[in-house]
Amino acid sequence: MSINHQKNIIEVEKVSFSYGNVEVLKDITLAIHQGDYISLIGPNGGGKTTLLKIMLGLIEPQAGQIKLFGEKLQDFKDWSKLGYVPQKAINFDPLFPVTVREVVAMGCYGKKGLLKWLNKKDQTNIDDALAQVEMTKYADRLIGNLSSGQQQRVFIARALAGKPEVIFLDEPTVGVDIKTQEEFYSLLTHLNSDMNITLILISHDIDVVTNEVTELACLNQTLVYHGEPKKFMKGNYLETLYGKNARFIDHNH
Amino acid sequence: MLEIFQYGFIVRGLEAGILIGLIAPLIGIFLVLRRYSLIADTLSHVSLAGVAVGLLLKINPLWTALGASALSSIAIERLRTSKKIYGETALSIFLSGSLALAIVLIGLAHGFSVDLFSYLFGSIVTVKQIDVYIILGLSVLIALSVFLFYKELIYIAFDEEASTVSGLPVKIFNTLFVLLAAIVIAISIPIIGILLISALLVLPTITALQLKQSFTKTLLWAEIISVFSIITGIITSFYLNISSGGTIVLIMLTIFGIVLSIYGKK
Repeated sequence: MSINHQKNIIEVEKVSFSYGNVEVLKDITLAIHQGDYISLIGPNGGGKTTLLKIMLGLIEPQAGQIKLFGEKLQDFKDWSKLGYVPQKAINFDPLFPVTVREVVAMGCYGKKGLLKWLNKKDQTNIDDALAQVEMTKYADRLIGNLSSGQQQRVFIARALAGKPEVIFLDEPTVGVDIKTQEEFYSLLTHLNSDMNITLILISHDIDVVTNEVTELACLNQTLVYHGEPKKFMKGNYLETLYGKNARFIDHNH
Repeated sequence: MLEIFQYGFIVRGLEAGILIGLIAPLIGIFLVLRRYSLIADTLSHVSLAGVAVGLLLKINPLWTALGASALSSIAIERLRTSKKIYGETALSIFLSGSLALAIVLIGLAHGFSVDLFSYLFGSIVTVKQIDVYIILGLSVLIALSVFLFYKELIYIAFDEEASTVSGLPVKIFNTLFVLLAAIVIAISIPIIGILLISALLVLPTITALQLKQSFTKTLLWAEIISVFSIITGIITSFYLNISSGGTIVLIMLTIFGIVLSIYGKK
């Protein structure tokens, strides 16, 4: 698959959204290109998750529209091009009786269609996905018995099993330790640079993601900044985003 | 032991019971995992109103219970997804509302209180031959639906949001699912009784969950526990001349207690 970094795969056009009277997103326009590794950052309540859910069609904006792969979201059918890793570290039922392999298999279901069983090729895709995230030896373990870092890898494998072109991740590193977090980001870099998967990542770790991603989009109701992380660091955006007393907290001491 | 099978009602009861024992966990496992257990209680009370209508109009109560349960399940699902009221308040409106309706209908026709008792707590004596055929037909329908949409039902139960993103028609499946639950509940009434149905749906699954197995193995264990409890429950209730529904639930509870004491410590 050749990568065309000029090609828009997700277009957010003049999107506004409010919960009741509270305006969460105001007139957001943003294009995400093939091969991008973009992080959505911003304060809590700034609209990151809302925008992600609008892009995925889970909620409908009051104004504006979304285009996925050049098509209006309402007309878009090819959902298997999208992978989604929800914020599971917190709200996932550890008693649900599924093995790692059963979870990863779910990634194939949407593509497979109704009334069709998984075939050998799907099983190979599941094996490959498990191998990519180095979870092969845990395939028969129950998902609830793994650490949150391992669970997060399984959810990435589930997204990979559908062979997506773009993966959306909602705060994947919440609740994992620094070492796990580092391994996690190197896995994401691998997916982006070696497997050419476009990544859209919501994150709180501004200091970490600025070193990892190729693009940053900062949201606080409006799109405060969109561009390279380096320019973001030079600008005065943090103050605009978080107020005057914002500074980076160094996790590594 | 064998003389028990000379009685037609026991044979009919066992036939209907085994069918219900087989299909109850198919629906119960999803009800438990989706935190929908309470919907079983609500739909069983709605079925009671349906039974009262049937007894009053002299129609087979199984049909009226099915109709009431199916219609209400769709209405509850609509109310829940409209987000105009909380999900559990939708359930309590239907639970108390249908109980009120049932009591009024029962009051209107004084005569059938004895019959009603067997609908409340289950009595295989009420199972007629035609009921066995109705239960058989609907059981095949339910087993087939769960078999055909097994992978989608698991995905939606595990992660509704991600399954929506993957393009599955989640709303249609949710409606289909509550409709299937409504059918199971309505046809279980003669065996287990309205007040005990949620135990039939919930207990085998939560017992099997303690074994910490994969999804399919958990379902298989729930099936074994469910069918075993129903067969032993019906036979025991025959010899001791006690309510079949109560006996079945107590057997299920005993198995749950044993399994929990062995596996629950881990």
